[in-house]
Amino acid sequence: MKTAARLVSLVSLVGTILPPVLFFTGHMDLGATKLWMLVATIAWFAATPVWMNR
Amino acid sequence: MATVETTTRSTEPVDEYEREPVPARAWLGFSSFVGQYAGEHTAGTELMIGPLFIASGVSAIDVVGGLFVGNLLAVLSWVFLTAPIAVRARMTLYYQLEQICGRKLVTAYNLANGVMFCFLAGAMVTVNATAAGVWFNIAMPGLNDVYPNSVGWVLAVLVMGVLITIVAAYGYKVVARVANIAAPWMVLVFIAYGIIGARQLGIDSVGDFWPKAQHLIWTGGAPLAGRAKFTFWHVMFFAWFCNMAMHIGMADLSVFRYARKSWYAVSSAAGMYLGHFIAWLAASILYAHQLHATPGNTAVLPGPLAYNAAGIAGLVCVIVAGWTTANPTIYRAGLAFQAIVPSSSRYRVTLFAGALATLAGMFPAIAMKLLDFVALYGLVLMPMGAVIFVDFWLAKWFRFRSDYAAASGIDINWAAALAWVLTLAGCLAAVNMGGIQIYFVGLPGWFAAATLYIVLSRLLQRNASTRLLQRKEVRL
Repeated sequence: MKTAARLVSLVSLVGTILPPVLFFTGHMDLGATKLWMLVATIAWFAATPVWMNR
Repeated sequence: MATVETTTRSTEPVDEYEREPVPARAWLGFSSFVGQYAGEHTAGTELMIGPLFIASGVSAIDVVGGLFVGNLLAVLSWVFLTAPIAVRARMTLYYQLEQICGRKLVTAYNLANGVMFCFLAGAMVTVNATAAGVWFNIAMPGLNDVYPNSVGWVLAVLVMGVLITIVAAYGYKVVARVANIAAPWMVLVFIAYGIIGARQLGIDSVGDFWPKAQHLIWTGGAPLAGRAKFTFWHVMFFAWFCNMAMHIGMADLSVFRYARKSWYAVSSAAGMYLGHFIAWLAASILYAHQLHATPGNTAVLPGPLAYNAAGIAGLVCVIVAGWTTANPTIYRAGLAFQAIVPSSSRYRVTLFAGALATLAGMFPAIAMKLLDFVALYGLVLMPMGAVIFVDFWLAKWFRFRSDYAAASGIDINWAAALAWVLTLAGCLAAVNMGGIQIYFVGLPGWFAAATLYIVLSRLLQRNASTRLLQRKEVRL
């Protein structure tokens, strides 16, 4: 369970920074960037409490 | 002194070893400090500070160079001034001050500290209210507003302030946990602000960044109305001294007393270069985009700035960053006030501190003049750091008694009191009457405080010894 949560956290961190990078390089529009950042944020706060500081 | 009971309710943080050196079994490793500094210095207020540099007409080379050097000097201050004393004495700031200055003087210090903490927390509440303002479309204050400008704004600050205060009083540990969890994500969102803002300004490659940054972001032109022009020196001294209370002012003795080695203080670089370099520059970029997209809109409002760049995730970041740093600030203010009235309940003093912070947050002047306020905050507490430094390292050399209040049983060490008050008065006079900007008086102020403390200690301790000798002779 914790390993899976750690993996989700890692993916969500990538999901937080990758959309802005894609927007910067012109491969994603701003609306999609904001949406993916929100999805990554939800995933981070759902998964990280499972393994961090417990 | 901020005495923290170790037998308090489980919802409160437990500060141990308040009146004894931290034992070896409680010492912490390097990584503990990296996380703490990275989290604490990536706060909601960073989104105010970055734009205010642009409002002050700073150039690209001045802001990048000034921040690099200033943050380096801040790290070195922690490494060479604070941590060496912390790992040798392993005492809290308050206990060391009590030994040197006496209980009554520490009470005065606590009052100053508590009030400054409340105003700082007020600026954090202001930042949070700008995020609420986006949700509810509230009329928000402008760059030069002093007073609240709408009922909606007052209500937004009130709701945010009340929520933060209640949590600070009753659920501190939950917030501390949220802060730890949010820190890595928050740092990335701050970086994202900069990347998105740069693209919105038309910068589309890394190689394009520096040439365009000089013409589009930090243009080095005239400052906005009501702002002082910033140069390299302004930025450098601001970056060095914005945490002056913590390093030169010695507040972080309480933190590094847990460090195994004094060099662990280099961990402060995580906070300086993530929070006070990357986050400030990123926030600057967002503000530059706002000025380009809507010329004339000079309002520094972290909520709308973050929302325009990163949508709801950006707004959540503003709220989390403001909330997780306002909470410990209000809590610490409560501790400082409780030390003045030890019989008062921890919850009541925290609620009082929160109410004061909320009231302060309603006045946008504090947040909009955050650069000046932060400089003042450091200045007020800095002289006591000089007193501790001199007392710890130089007392023997200059032949006066260290920890004089503890040794002589006095409530006020007048050498420390006068060094504090006279230095502060001198610095403020230089600012208000001499026309010197507040960012530049901290450094000479430190030397003035140290010199005053040495001279006055020698003078007052010699007089006290003479009086004691005379009394003994009369008795004989």
